[in-house]
Amino acid sequence: MTVSFAPSSRIEPAVAAPVAAPEPMRRRSRRKAARTVGFHTASILISLAWFAPILLVVVTSFRTFDDVSTNGIASLPHSFSIDTYVQAWNQGGMFQATVNSLIVTIPTVILTLLLASAVAFGLSRFRIPFRRTILLIMLAGNLLPVQMLLIPVTRITQQIGIYDTLGALIVVQTAFGLGFYTFVLYGFMRTVPGELQEAATLDGAGPLRIFVQVILPLTRPALAALGALSFTWIFNDLLWSITLLQTSSRLPITAAVLSLQGQYVSSWSVIAAATVIAAIPSTIVFLLFQRSFVGGLSLGAMK
Amino acid sequence: MTTTALPRGRRRVGFPPPVVFVLVLVPFLIEAVGVFWPAIQGISLSFLRWNGIAPAESAGVQNYIDLASDPVFGTALRNTVIWIVLFGGISFLAGLGVALLFQSERRGVGIYRTALFLPIVFSLVVTSLIWSAFFQPSGVLNTALEGFGLGDLTRVWLGDSDTALYAVIVAALWREIGYVMVLFIAGLKGIDPAIMEAARVDGATAWQRFRHITFPQLRSVNLVVLSVLVIDSLRSFDIVWAMTRGGPYHSTELLSTYMFSTAFESRSLGYASAIAVVIFVLALAVIISYLVRALSEEKES
Repeated sequence: MTVSFAPSSRIEPAVAAPVAAPEPMRRRSRRKAARTVGFHTASILISLAWFAPILLVVVTSFRTFDDVSTNGIASLPHSFSIDTYVQAWNQGGMFQATVNSLIVTIPTVILTLLLASAVAFGLSRFRIPFRRTILLIMLAGNLLPVQMLLIPVTRITQQIGIYDTLGALIVVQTAFGLGFYTFVLYGFMRTVPGELQEAATLDGAGPLRIFVQVILPLTRPALAALGALSFTWIFNDLLWSITLLQTSSRLPITAAVLSLQGQYVSSWSVIAAATVIAAIPSTIVFLLFQRSFVGGLSLGAMK
Repeated sequence: MTTTALPRGRRRVGFPPPVVFVLVLVPFLIEAVGVFWPAIQGISLSFLRWNGIAPAESAGVQNYIDLASDPVFGTALRNTVIWIVLFGGISFLAGLGVALLFQSERRGVGIYRTALFLPIVFSLVVTSLIWSAFFQPSGVLNTALEGFGLGDLTRVWLGDSDTALYAVIVAALWREIGYVMVLFIAGLKGIDPAIMEAARVDGATAWQRFRHITFPQLRSVNLVVLSVLVIDSLRSFDIVWAMTRGGPYHSTELLSTYMFSTAFESRSLGYASAIAVVIFVLALAVIISYLVRALSEEKES
């Protein structure tokens, strides 16, 4: 599992190496070797330090309650058990919570991508009046601190009767995410040459056809990147879930794990198992879309 | 952006047909109704005294006056500043550092990068639980300290008001540094290697190359990273809520957590709205500079 960054292969300027290396050259190569060893030593240490907390939790999740409580989390495991997972999955309601999270996440990602690409298409391919203003307003919406919206949105969802439903989360997350998606997709669609659109128009294609059959396929890399990224964002969200939901059987996975922490306060292995379960879906998406995911992180930021 | 190899030619075709207006306006209205209308309401709520049940009373600027003398608000504001400086500052420096270390494609570098940004994939709730295990009384940190004969230093890291905030920051950093690294690597890839090679030929040392070429060339990336970090700092909520709920004794309280507990636990909705407005005002500088930048880029092209 490695990640390479898109425009990776920057070829080092080849230094013509003489057949018989003279003395200074050999000294230089020795220094280079030492530097390589240093680089890898430092990198391995950093990577291990980064990976260690994950390993700790994964290992803890497979230990029994008695083992952790007598020997401490920081000890080497003396036991192996998957009861912790059974317990988290059944009694902790992790199954229901995972389903809830997916019910919110998948439609939200699809809806936001669809709506944002529609605006981005209109703004980037046509002379819409106030084009720039619309774009900036949408971007500004994304930069607003979410705290400003919590109370009014709660009130609105109560008034229209969708408070405490997963639908409310879908609507709110979609509206809130639109600005950023639009901004990124707009930047991307602008680079599609106008000739393609002209050709399609001459062939008698209307705007909708151009959108679906010409522009969307060409925007696929950006759509994949945004989709993968926002899957993890929405799946991992806590704030909106605990604001808009009350019924415990409707809680998404983040909120469920958190309430599990209060419930199983002494059983670290069950909490660890729930933590691992909560991390699995985004990890799978990350593994499937590695390249897009990493590229997506800098989308919109680097232009 | 490196995402496409298509040429930049972009001629727009004629006046848009009605269907295009629909495509633009529907999402725009959704965002206006879902984001801007509530945001405006949020501002007006901050001038009310309201518990969500009884009729709201007008409070004028009383909520803001009360904020000024509220010690918890003071703590939350101070902690938010500490958060921006420490979390933001260390993420920036460490992110830049690892980006420089891992910028060139060489054997193994993909694995190292993955290790560093794998945490981005996890939720902040997951992050907080992972690190809570680390900071437990019998957790890794205390065990290690005892192992090194530093038993006097052990403590209940998350339960001690002197250390809780910093313990939470460590967890937040673990997740953020990889993200900042990705931004910087993307920026470093954008630097023309010819400049660097020329400097190398001229005999510039590594530090000189960094100081006079790399860093200045990263100027626009730096701005993006700093803006992202400030906005992320002001938004930070999940990790604090999951690790400490702002405690003990408000020692990890941020503006965002204080706003949340004021709104949904104390049910002082007007007062909480005033805190939200303060967060907004703090974010405003970043928002404006972002928009100015986006606007100027729009004009350029």
